[in-house]
Amino acid sequence: MSDVLGNPTIPPDASDSLAVLEKSRSTAETFGIPLAVLLEITHRCPLQCPYCSNPVELDRSGKELTTEEWKKVLSELAEIGVLQVHFSGGEPTARKDLVELVKHASDVGLYTNLITSAVLLTRERLSELADAGLCHVQISFQGVEEGLADRVGGYRGGHRKKLEVAKWTRELDLPLTVNAVMHRQNLHQLPDIVQMSVDLDADRLEVANVQYYGWALKNRAALMPTVAQLDECTRIVEEARERLKGRLTIDYVVPDYYALRPKKCMGGWGRQFFNISPAGKVLPCHAAESITGLDFESVRSNHSIAWIWQNSDAFNRYRGTGWMKEPCKSCEFREIDFGGCRCQAFALTGDAANTDPACALSPLHETIFKQAEREAEGETNRFVYRNFAGGTLESGNDA
Amino acid sequence: MAGPRNISVSETSRPVLPRHAKLKYDETRKVWVILAPERVLAPDEIAVEVLQLCDGERNVGDMSDQLAAKYAAPREAILADVIVMLQDLADKGFLTEAREKTS
Repeated sequence: MSDVLGNPTIPPDASDSLAVLEKSRSTAETFGIPLAVLLEITHRCPLQCPYCSNPVELDRSGKELTTEEWKKVLSELAEIGVLQVHFSGGEPTARKDLVELVKHASDVGLYTNLITSAVLLTRERLSELADAGLCHVQISFQGVEEGLADRVGGYRGGHRKKLEVAKWTRELDLPLTVNAVMHRQNLHQLPDIVQMSVDLDADRLEVANVQYYGWALKNRAALMPTVAQLDECTRIVEEARERLKGRLTIDYVVPDYYALRPKKCMGGWGRQFFNISPAGKVLPCHAAESITGLDFESVRSNHSIAWIWQNSDAFNRYRGTGWMKEPCKSCEFREIDFGGCRCQAFALTGDAANTDPACALSPLHETIFKQAEREAEGETNRFVYRNFAGGTLESGNDA
Repeated sequence: MAGPRNISVSETSRPVLPRHAKLKYDETRKVWVILAPERVLAPDEIAVEVLQLCDGERNVGDMSDQLAAKYAAPREAILADVIVMLQDLADKGFLTEAREKTS
């Protein structure tokens, strides 16, 4: 999972005949219903990645929406104008009704994408998903060889299984995206990850540097790359993009700690993205529940999803620019980046309405940048693995 | 396996949208869209018209005949324009070449 979902990317050379819809003024200005919605249908997952984008407080299976409830959600989304849904988690294949949900989504005209760790899939089940109308498969990889990859995922045999499922995906004529989450301990494998994606006949590669909130913030000292690593990462991506033009599309998400300007997180709060949590909460961002003091409406409430999007307090709280304090309030970039990431502002400053410290104009930017730099040069390599118990420290592995 | 990458569009090509790209009319926004992984594109009217002809049966020559008749325009000019447009779409991964059925 990465911010690519929140910021649908524009092909770098979009021609005149292919104007990108996100750029059309009408949708952006009226907070029209987003084109794509992320459905986190469960928080259950056999992997324990230390940078998981799920909240630290995970929803237990008993709280998950039922099959009928998800089907109702899918119908409603199609009706109000959503075009694409991403089935994600947790691990979406941990739900026994996934094929039924994909089938229903296809029936109501939604473009379906599966975002998976792949380790629970059999060839038969993947084939059933394809028959149900699945349009695209995205498989996460933790590295390029099983030693490191299985250690990061905290799941023995995972890497080998992923390679197998990627092969089945292409055999079934399904397009494949390789999602590679990058950090200090695996960035050296990036050139080989590019080659692995080509060898797997992937259509897309997402090089997604870890974004540091939730689980990743707990693990920042073990994951933060050095400035030199990042520069090298950018160089590798640019070289590969040029070399593999027309063969492999590469989307690139950089970590914002070393940037001077913050990212336009989620395209701006409540502007073009929402996701639905396993328990049915409609959220402006998959990390939004980390901001305490916000009440999120559920699809189980009396409100429609469209109403929640347009009118609920949580969506309106940080929408637009009216909520801003200085230095955002008078900043010439306020409508370009909307002050960065609210979750990161909350996690690092205690107030989601503060400027995201990723911005050089934040009074905390320098301190946090220095701290990240120190951590990147440090030797803390042990992970806190993601689980329902609030995390488990890896044994050994520090230098 | 899926269609070949880096296809070269010619008069005899029989282009078709790959499985991951779907042309659809968006009733809510009243606009044609191409749905692709992580992307939604809005092709212009001419691109939509040409894409609707890309069924994997017609070749580019047939498509040009049809458009030339419809718009009473010189076929050679239409053919050249259609090839440029389709090649551009193919280079971006939104078009592939129809294959013979193997099963």
